[in-house]
Amino acid sequence: MSRLTDSNLAIAREIISRYPRKKSALIPLLHLTQEQNGYVTDEAMRHLAELLDITPAEVIGTATFYEMFKFEPVGTYVINVCQTLSCALLGAGNLMHHAEAKLGIKSGSTTEDGMFTLEAAECQAACTEAPTLQVNYRHRYRVTTDDFDQLVDDLRSGALSGEIPPHGTLGRNRQHIPADKFVGAPDPDDVTEGPAWIPVKVEST
Amino acid sequence: MSTAITREYTPGFYEGDRPKIVTSRFEYEDSHTLERFEATGGYEGLKAALAMGPEAMAGEVKASTLLGRGGAGFPAGVKWGFTPQGVWPRYLVVNGDESEPGTYKDRLLMERDPHQLIEGCLIACYAAGLSQCFLYVRGEMALAHERIAQALNDAYAAGYVGKNILGSDFGVDIVLHWGAGAYVVGEETALIESLEGERGMPRLKPPYFPAAVGLYGQPTIVNNVETLANLPFIAANGSAAFTAIGTETSPGTRMVAISGHVKRPGVYEIVNGSTTFRDIIYGDEFCQGIRDGNELKAFVPGGGSAPWFVADQLDIPFEGKEAGAAGSMLGSGAVMVMDHTTDIPEAALTLVRFYAHESCGKCVPCREGGTWLLRIVERICSGHGTDADLDQLLEVGQSICPGEMPHAASERLGLAAVPFPYKMTTICFVGPSAYASIHSPLTLFRDEFEAKVVPAPKRVSIPVAAG
Amino acid sequence: MSEEEDTVPSTDEPTEAVQEDAPQQEQGKDVPAEEIAEEVDAAEDTDSVETDVQGDAVDPGPVVDPNVVMVTLNGREVEARAGELVIAAAQRHDTYIPHFCYHPRMKSVGMCRQCLVEVDTGRGMQLQPSCMITVSPEMKIETESPTAKRAQEGMIELLLANHPLDCPVCDKGGECPLQDQAFSHGPGESRYIEEKRHYEKPIPISDLVLLDRERCILCDRCTRFADEVAGDKLIHFTQRGNETQVMTFPDEPFASYFSGNTVQICPVGALTAEPYRFKARPWDLAQEESTCTSCSVGCRVVVQSSRDEILRYQGVDSDPVNHGWLCDKGRFDFEAVNSELRISDPMVRTEAGLTPTKWSAALDAATRLIRESLEAGGPDSIGLLGGARGTNEDAFAWAQLADALGITHRDAQFGDGLPASILGLDRATIDDAANASTIVVLGVDVKEELPVLYLRLRDAVVEKRSKLVEFASIDTGLTRYATQSIRHQPGLQTEAIRDAADLLAGENVVVVVGRGNLAESADETMSALAALLAINPDAKVLPALRRGNVVGALSVGMAPADDAHDGLATLRAAADGKLELLILLGADPINDCPDSDLARRAIAGARRVISIDTHPSESTKLADVVLAAAAYGEKSGTTTNLEGRVSTVSDKVTTTGTARPDWMIAAELAIMLDIEGDIADVASVGDITAAIAAEVPGFAGVTPAALAADRNGVLVTAPTAPLPDATHHAGQRNSYDHRLVVGRKLYDRAIGTAMSHSIAKLAPGAGAHLHPLDIDVLGVAVGADVRLIGAKASAILPVVSNPGVARGVVWAPFNQAGGSIEDLIDASAAVTDVKIEVA
Ligand SMILES: Cc1cc2nc3c(=O)[nH]c(=O)nc-3n(C[C@H](O)[C@H](O)[C@H](O)COP(=O)(O)O)c2cc1C
Ligand code: SF4
Ligand code: FES
Repeated sequence: MSRLTDSNLAIAREIISRYPRKKSALIPLLHLTQEQNGYVTDEAMRHLAELLDITPAEVIGTATFYEMFKFEPVGTYVINVCQTLSCALLGAGNLMHHAEAKLGIKSGSTTEDGMFTLEAAECQAACTEAPTLQVNYRHRYRVTTDDFDQLVDDLRSGALSGEIPPHGTLGRNRQHIPADKFVGAPDPDDVTEGPAWIPVKVEST
Repeated sequence: MSTAITREYTPGFYEGDRPKIVTSRFEYEDSHTLERFEATGGYEGLKAALAMGPEAMAGEVKASTLLGRGGAGFPAGVKWGFTPQGVWPRYLVVNGDESEPGTYKDRLLMERDPHQLIEGCLIACYAAGLSQCFLYVRGEMALAHERIAQALNDAYAAGYVGKNILGSDFGVDIVLHWGAGAYVVGEETALIESLEGERGMPRLKPPYFPAAVGLYGQPTIVNNVETLANLPFIAANGSAAFTAIGTETSPGTRMVAISGHVKRPGVYEIVNGSTTFRDIIYGDEFCQGIRDGNELKAFVPGGGSAPWFVADQLDIPFEGKEAGAAGSMLGSGAVMVMDHTTDIPEAALTLVRFYAHESCGKCVPCREGGTWLLRIVERICSGHGTDADLDQLLEVGQSICPGEMPHAASERLGLAAVPFPYKMTTICFVGPSAYASIHSPLTLFRDEFEAKVVPAPKRVSIPVAAG
Repeated sequence: MSEEEDTVPSTDEPTEAVQEDAPQQEQGKDVPAEEIAEEVDAAEDTDSVETDVQGDAVDPGPVVDPNVVMVTLNGREVEARAGELVIAAAQRHDTYIPHFCYHPRMKSVGMCRQCLVEVDTGRGMQLQPSCMITVSPEMKIETESPTAKRAQEGMIELLLANHPLDCPVCDKGGECPLQDQAFSHGPGESRYIEEKRHYEKPIPISDLVLLDRERCILCDRCTRFADEVAGDKLIHFTQRGNETQVMTFPDEPFASYFSGNTVQICPVGALTAEPYRFKARPWDLAQEESTCTSCSVGCRVVVQSSRDEILRYQGVDSDPVNHGWLCDKGRFDFEAVNSELRISDPMVRTEAGLTPTKWSAALDAATRLIRESLEAGGPDSIGLLGGARGTNEDAFAWAQLADALGITHRDAQFGDGLPASILGLDRATIDDAANASTIVVLGVDVKEELPVLYLRLRDAVVEKRSKLVEFASIDTGLTRYATQSIRHQPGLQTEAIRDAADLLAGENVVVVVGRGNLAESADETMSALAALLAINPDAKVLPALRRGNVVGALSVGMAPADDAHDGLATLRAAADGKLELLILLGADPINDCPDSDLARRAIAGARRVISIDTHPSESTKLADVVLAAAAYGEKSGTTTNLEGRVSTVSDKVTTTGTARPDWMIAAELAIMLDIEGDIADVASVGDITAAIAAEVPGFAGVTPAALAADRNGVLVTAPTAPLPDATHHAGQRNSYDHRLVVGRKLYDRAIGTAMSHSIAKLAPGAGAHLHPLDIDVLGVAVGADVRLIGAKASAILPVVSNPGVARGVVWAPFNQAGGSIEDLIDASAAVTDVKIEVA
């Protein structure tokens, strides 16, 4: 079942309504289906195309541009070890080798049990905390090899399941705009006036 | 405990009595909550703005000479002025895509003080007549998303965002938008493409200057997170209070992430324009010198795209023009420090790999040239390079950045500086950055590259087209 | 033309071939000609715009033209046009700037970076992509400075870095912009010694097009075409950076009616067309510029052949007509010309059936049949149908022959189009339509019947030049672009028009009117048109008649004198046994007349039948004499498109077997029938072209000289006459029935498609399309057979679910394999109501 579920469909509709043009909701909706299925399926992309009335080719064109979208199943926990300069200077290389040994897989692959996917990553904006890694995009700082073993054990034991949701979930909460507070997102073609608070003369001068 | 989701933040933010404009709340563990925010002067700037009216507020920003913190360093007030008259609607797009190697500040501002950013967005929308705000946050920043989503929900509930803000006729929505992992999307026109649901490929300027032709073809202001985070202070305390800090050309403060081989890596809010690299790297209230008392070998002064500096440049202040004259740039406020143990070619490789990997694929020089550079550097580092490869790197580079390439002066090599900027054959800076990040190491440390290569066999040459 | 100058050095050389004045010519072979012609045409484009501007100018005095911008190009002061791109301006002044992604008929993207030049706008020389920068006063442009040259060479080297050097086995080799520019603007050698990118070799992205991703240089031309021009976003960039590739969505092929254009504009051999792959090397191709007659849009083409066999058509950029584009049917139906099923020799019926014979014998037989018929029943007992598939000359010659014999029953149509009187209305050009304030589409599905007109109209709407208001019984290709798409039950369009009066008012309104529903009397459309013109008398009309030269044939003498002698009347007379002889001039009524039953009875009822045709058809099978006719590409002359534009068609290959052009057959019969006058003594097709100019009202300007001078041809001036008032008879449908719509699809069983194997397979096949809710009501499964029961017959068709069909309507595509909906059509009925039963 990789079309959006009814409850996710409701969320999708709310997201779409926030944008002046539907297609802007594409990336957020790709995240939503990835949250639902763990990765992005062809059927899901067809469904998004329907929702945004664009072609599936447009959906896959956008989706495959972005690192975070996966098109076949990945581990419950995707571990990204940063390899860019600051981290490299402080042992990112070793950390990656250790990770490969600990998990018994090469970077870029997934463990037998479907628990972990290990990936080499680019700068994670935590350079002062090098070497860093992310688990499902949650940072871990100044990671030693012992820290890494501990982390893997904690993830296996479920000790972190409250803190780190399975792959696909971006935030554990969502923005919600209450209808009575929502200013609205009209298509720019339908807008001619400036906003209410801008004195007209500002423009006429 | 390494598995705590927010390990205690790096030391160094709030020691000393340096002025704090954007990190003033970082000392509180709950700095991200509405309670703490309101208790520490939060939304006072917004109220002040509403009191003085949009024109006056815009005037204050202009007077403050607040320089963009995203890399280009363009005055925010001037940029806002570029929006064509009478064209509606106009949008605000917040650039929270922070991904430049070495850069780590916007994420902190979003995680640690989301309301300050929201207040900044509101002030910008109010002053520049922007009727909707999209907060584009890099996809790989889960915590930032959670913190901002929470903050927005609270702010909506409290009447700071949405219809009739604080009972006024000012009303604007702030929409949290999720990125999905593509460095180039940080480039403002690519950011807009991405926000339109497209592949994040930069548009050509001209004609696509966002302020004139941006989101959905409408006038659009794109500002960096840190830039906007300065607005509450300016609104609440006036531009004079702001310009009182820092220098005339670079007023206020700047957040700088100093990483690599220093004793106390961290993100510091420094006084803009006057603080020197020596202060930052060796200063007590900052990084306190190189680890294990090692020698400084080189440092990247402004994020991965910036040509490298060496010890000769330590006394240059953190000021755009001066850094430019010295052959580099300040970019996104990221200093990466390398001590004498560093294998320069290997270090450079990580950056070339980054830019080659992050090419959007639009420009031939970046798409093909970046990867070509990478292949050569990889070969060199794996011991399969020849001396011909070193010149070939420069040849390929000429197709990306024709003419003289900026680099720092080096007493050791008796080399004079070539000032910034460079010519480029590409649309955006990703392609040139791939070259810059190998060109300056190769120029300043050619000996280390030569040590890795063997003499070339006779030159290979293949006809360009058969048939 | 000598074989020498006749060969093709480069993809779109065709466009250059006739562009003798193309300034770039002397630059020789290293300049990809495609680009040249593009530039020239783009220039012409701007020309026309400019003259318009000046046309409106109040004071015609010698004022400084505000549209002229002086720039310095490589040291020379030259005139550019306001808003003109640097690359285009340079092109017009003999300065070729290498490029790959730039195409004057699409928006610039500045992607390949090949067109970098140095530009100084006061801030010093800067490298700029000349396809993105517009000229400004005092601009200095250096296209060959060391910096510019280095950049251009660098770009070529980088493009070749991952480009496989398989030119010797590449279709494009020899006409390849990349190859050409590598030689003209490249560094001469590559220093790339790393491993190249590898992808699976050609993968089919549709039934007609293959993609070789290793050769692709990602210029964004095909993808922009699919998006901007065709509106079929089925191919897209995927992946990123060095891995970027053009792709379709899995299992969603690039099924566009216009896919062939991407092959033509691909600057490398990445996209290849199934029908042409490996057929020839460019330097073996000989070519002639011509006009496509697959439909009445009349796109400009070049016909390319090798060893006397047609191998390829390429679009030529005619500014008022096709902008260089072709539909896939027009592009690939040359296969029908080469079909082994062609009638190569005349045939006469003997006991053994139709038997091939010599022309002398066949013409004797034909003459005898004509004489017998004249004696038996006089000229009124002879019917002459057809001419719409041939040239003006063919139709004119036969009309002359008919005049000489006094034949009154004649028509180029037989109930499959609209009455010839529509040509008497104030006629719009394609440009008029594409620049109208409001385009009103009445009945016809333009995308299915006149594909390239669809591109022009779509562009008008997408670029916000025009509003589009559509009246139809089902969704059409233009529905998604329509400002207002009004659905009406078949036969009730007149009411629909009256109800929508407010949408039809205003100036500069153009009505595109055609026969959208063959199961409905043409009177219904005509009365709706009359109602529309009553509401807006100033509206111009573009008659969307489909068959290639139907307008030409009707204009030069094949139009019926009155309803009593038109195509349907002729068939009825034959069916009633009142015709001694029926002459079918490239006409197959059994397939082309909506009322196939009437057609069958007519051919059976006519005492004698002569058929002049290229391919065997149900009608030729029943003929007494069959005269083998030359096909498209085998004969020269002129054709007239739907807007009345006359342009040339060329003979590129010799005729199949002993086949002859229709006009020649007419002339020969004239002689054998001892007819005095012009027709009997024409020596060449040119004589007829001249005769047409001399004798046909409105054609005076269509001289061979005028035609040679302008590839865009000559617009004829149509005599205007008001519509005879058509009354419509359709009433409301009773609620037990469905009302039938039979419409044309681009691909059907007509000769052109059926005899071209590449596109024949694209015909959708017969089906009864119903709204999903109606299907539920019927309680039948999609795909299951249903019986459609009409007043006089019934047909069995599989059910297709189609939300684009209004409730209470059943739509069936015309002339498709797998069911004959045509049996239900009664030419004498206003509309066709059917009961639907589960079969
Ligand atoms: C390749 C590239 C990447 C960029 N990445 C970022 C980024 O991650 N965050 C950012 O704020 N600006 C980034 N920029 C700069 C933006 O294009 C833009 O100048 C900036 O967001 C404007 O905001 P400011 O004026 O407030 O600095 C990048 C520019 C380039 C060329
Ligand atoms: S320089 Fe690279 S990243 Fe930037 S637009 Fe060109 S191809 Fe894309
Ligand atoms: S270099 Fe690793 S997080 Fe920045």
